[in-house]
Amino acid sequence: MTNLTDLTVAEIRDGVAQGSFSAREVAEAFNAAVEAGRALNAYIVETPEKALEAADAADKARASGDLKPLSGVPIGMKDLFCTEGVQTTAASHMLEGFVPTYESTVSGRLAAAGAGVLGKLNLDQFAMGSSNETSYFGNVISPWKSADGKDLTPGGSSGGSSAAIAARLCPAATGTDTGGSIRQPAAFTGIAGIKPTYGRCSRWGVVAFASSLDQAGAMARTVRDSAIMLEVMAGFDPKDATSLDLPVPQWEAGLSSDLKGKKVGIPKEYRPDGLNAEIAALWDKGVQWLKDAGAEVVEVSLPHTQYALPTYYIIAPAEASSNLARYDGVRYGERVLPEGAGLQDMYAATRAAGFGDEVKRRILIGTYVLSAGFYDAYYTQACKVRALIARDFEQAFEQCDVLLTPTAPSSAFALGEKKADPLEMYLNDVFTVPASLAGLPAMAVPCGLDSGGLPLGLQIIGKALDEQGVLNAALALEERAGFAARPEQWW
Amino acid sequence: MLARILDLRVGIGPFLEKSESMSVDSSTVKKVASLARIAVTDGEADALVPELNNILHWVEQLGQVDVSGVEPMTAVIPNHLRLRDDAVTDGNVRDKVLANAPQAEHGFFAVPKVIE
Repeated sequence: MTNLTDLTVAEIRDGVAQGSFSAREVAEAFNAAVEAGRALNAYIVETPEKALEAADAADKARASGDLKPLSGVPIGMKDLFCTEGVQTTAASHMLEGFVPTYESTVSGRLAAAGAGVLGKLNLDQFAMGSSNETSYFGNVISPWKSADGKDLTPGGSSGGSSAAIAARLCPAATGTDTGGSIRQPAAFTGIAGIKPTYGRCSRWGVVAFASSLDQAGAMARTVRDSAIMLEVMAGFDPKDATSLDLPVPQWEAGLSSDLKGKKVGIPKEYRPDGLNAEIAALWDKGVQWLKDAGAEVVEVSLPHTQYALPTYYIIAPAEASSNLARYDGVRYGERVLPEGAGLQDMYAATRAAGFGDEVKRRILIGTYVLSAGFYDAYYTQACKVRALIARDFEQAFEQCDVLLTPTAPSSAFALGEKKADPLEMYLNDVFTVPASLAGLPAMAVPCGLDSGGLPLGLQIIGKALDEQGVLNAALALEERAGFAARPEQWW
Repeated sequence: MLARILDLRVGIGPFLEKSESMSVDSSTVKKVASLARIAVTDGEADALVPELNNILHWVEQLGQVDVSGVEPMTAVIPNHLRLRDDAVTDGNVRDKVLANAPQAEHGFFAVPKVIE
């Protein structure tokens, strides 16, 4: 019999609908995989009963001919989405024990579509990090190993999601992407991940990091599965002031890898002298694959690319310092009240104990760049450069329909390898941050292995609202790359 | 481009020679931490000085970008501000609101005494 945990979302959905297996069998198989995969530390909380409950509902729905888009599909939920009655921590000590009394819009939409939740997935604390090493609940270990057997990062911040999908502990998961937190972990673990246009997915009930950048998206092993997930997650929500009041296209039905008449831009600034040779070679292959799919390839220029990371590291911390002001030890989460302390001392002691080092670092940077005397030099200047970065993309998209770039500057690195220097860690997002700053849809697709046997991804960036164009170009890459590698099970 | 950023990481780079570097010292770190309501010890403040300076020096390269005539971006995707009917759509959930409070008393959040 087929190993049910090897099936894609589409295969599970269709198999349940056709009666090839029951939803309960699928949920039980994944629950067992989650339990057996604890060495990866991908889940902070396991909710096998929730997965079974949804599965039983799916089996009933099949009997009554009432199947929903994700009936029978168990998924993982990044622990940044508030889930009613289930602890939601953002991988922080600050929110340890926090049990929301409400459901985030995105997780609610998935539940309404029939998906069952296997558990809450580990991440970098408050989604701040690129390696999953800032989680209060410990590192997530990638299912992939380096040639010399070292533990590798699954990427971050959605590292629990990427590790769990690659290890077949769930067929798909939610992610969130502020500067690359879906795409970089997807690339590091050999899976797919899409960040839609800013505003497609509601931010309501998602623990906030940098609100002008935060966007939920889908992670799965295939482009089709990503489309299926995103179609359910996206949609207008009056509870989010930046939610786009637009119909959600039928992305799965619209999938086509025929790129005839399409133009693919290659931004020359993404190919620095020091670019990893294997990534450069894979990128060249990607160009050939897209040509093979019928696309015309043109070189484009995004002249302000080199300023994207520093712009991001002003804007994201500034917004974080404001967003995370809510953690005051009064309404929810951790409280530390030293003997005889007043209110101000309680705030300071609570926040000193509740936040990890990277979170504090970013709050302090953000507080500094927003403080009197520095606001214009740092924050206003960054907001202006951000406008120029977005303008670069607008001008490039006058010449092409999508852009093809690498996803990350290297394959996955060893845990601990880049912990000493925050700046070195920030460089991981060099290829993903620009699209985030411009609010554009972008997707990582697994396209090959490096000489060390580790996955490498390519990235497609599209015009605002053109997720279909992104998915289709990604599908063309996927079909030609034929990525079938999977980590050898050691856990 | 990446190589230039990598240069910046190692040696702070060529751009900063032109800009007037704004450096933080231990007392500035303590002041910022106080504004952010995060308690720091003297040792923690000292350790943060080089970390924050590295990051600040790195982001200062933005000063060299010509932004004349550029408006700061406020909305990444054009969107209109919506108005809704002035009607009650939520509420009467006091117990839910208080459910995660570290300390709740008499239907309120409780905090240490703030009036002497």
